Amino acid sequence: MFVQHFINALGLGALYGLIAIGYTMVYGILRLINFAHGDIFMLGAYFVFFATIQYKLPWGLGVAIAIVGATACGLLVDRIAYRPLRGAPRISALISAIGVSFFLENLAVVIFTGMPRAVVQPPWLMKPVILGEVRLIPLGLMVPVIAFVLVSGLLWVVYKTKPGLAMRSISHDIETTRLLGVSVDKIIALTFALGSALAALAGIMWALRYPRVEPFMGVFPGFKAFIAAVFGGIGSIPGAMVGGVILGFVEIMSVAFFPKLSGYKDAFAFVLLIVILLIKPTGLMGERMEEKI
Amino acid sequence: MMLDIKNLNIWYGGIHAVKGIHMNIEKGEIVTLIGANGAGKSSAIRAIAGLVKGYKGNIVYTRSGEAAVSLSGRPPEEMVKMGIALSPEGRRILPQLTVEENLRLGAYIRHDKAGVAEDIDYVYGLFPRLQERRRQKGGTLSGGEQQMLAVGRALMSRPDLLMLDEPSLGLAPILVSEVFSVIRELNRQGKTILLVEQNAFAALKIASKAYVLEVGSIVIEGTGEELLQDSRVKEAYLGG
Repeated sequence: MFVQHFINALGLGALYGLIAIGYTMVYGILRLINFAHGDIFMLGAYFVFFATIQYKLPWGLGVAIAIVGATACGLLVDRIAYRPLRGAPRISALISAIGVSFFLENLAVVIFTGMPRAVVQPPWLMKPVILGEVRLIPLGLMVPVIAFVLVSGLLWVVYKTKPGLAMRSISHDIETTRLLGVSVDKIIALTFALGSALAALAGIMWALRYPRVEPFMGVFPGFKAFIAAVFGGIGSIPGAMVGGVILGFVEIMSVAFFPKLSGYKDAFAFVLLIVILLIKPTGLMGERMEEKI
Repeated sequence: MMLDIKNLNIWYGGIHAVKGIHMNIEKGEIVTLIGANGAGKSSAIRAIAGLVKGYKGNIVYTRSGEAAVSLSGRPPEEMVKMGIALSPEGRRILPQLTVEENLRLGAYIRHDKAGVAEDIDYVYGLFPRLQERRRQKGGTLSGGEQQMLAVGRALMSRPDLLMLDEPSLGLAPILVSEVFSVIRELNRQGKTILLVEQNAFAALKIASKAYVLEVGSIVIEGTGEELLQDSRVKEAYLGG
């Protein structure tokens, strides 16, 4: 029983973590909370739903379409809603982010209708594997493994490649980074693209786990992932993942061991947020956003 | 002429910071722009680097063997590609990146891996202290080491014109002379250098041409030698 809860928590946490990475990367670079990020997650889930269930495309192709589609949407959001406000006070971009979020949610209601749609899970993902007393489904095992591979790949990009070097540089000093020949808008676009692709993958896996899609499905996972990012230390990629996994464990384990609390499940994230802000406002792995000297 | 600045005017809000200055730099020269704090020196050099939007006047740049181009309206990232590098005032080292990453970032526009590795070694040759600290974060370096790193980083794009904004600011006298001897050495190797300085004496000693800026206007110009002898310069900038 515990092993099942453990895998379950790891999977949920990994999904929070994947979404949280998008928040943390954009915040690290632009000091902007991209409220539309949860809606990119929702769009990724819808794209895969339409590709595979409506149009009966194979899953591999559907996943590719969802990633490309959501990434394109993330890039458009940056281009249309954030880039024109780059020089403006930070609060303007924040308001723009909230506006984009509402816009995408309501656009989804108009286009996809507000009705939740059921996602038909491919049988091979659901066929239980029985190990002694533990029943595991491949989907539950796949989610943490995929998340781990994705995060490793992302860390490689950020710490071992030239665009990654530019990203880390921009997060500290945009002007100096430009002086060294970096096209900052391109690197910011790349950041949005990477974050959106991860959100799309999280959206796909979410749609498979809780087999349905609806226009507001990104709101709560988005909030919680943002909290995970703050908890782990906003700006830190490993921190986002750790924050996500901790949040996943808190949610799953508290309900597993104290079933009476299940009604409060969504409140735990906010409790965590308050606790970390009181004890260590920079988060577990966050660095102080230093004053620019 | 490598750089020809014609009637440059810069405003910040309502303040007329640079009031119609003319300057020029020939290939192979060390040109220095001296003056007190707030005279407009940094504004002028930042305009050349593309960091000042909406200045008036013209800055014409000629890369050897290429046609003359106007720099106005071009963003800073384009200047680097055209061969103009600035080591900014206050050094602006990226504190969370290692010394070597800072240098690699300086070579961001280049794609010749072997050449970049060679130039990193070249910078380490100029500043052996940096080699000792290559894996250390930029933020942990001393002021002098950060200045060396800022100069080295600007060199990494292999610029034709190297601009240094206050490289001696806040350094101990022994480090000041070390930085200046490196500037002279770079010039001997063929680099054209524009040096903005408050340390007038040290700058004039190595400059082939110098301009004195006072509240936004050039009040004296001449060779470094001439200005060292100039009574007005002596009184105002060299301590009488």
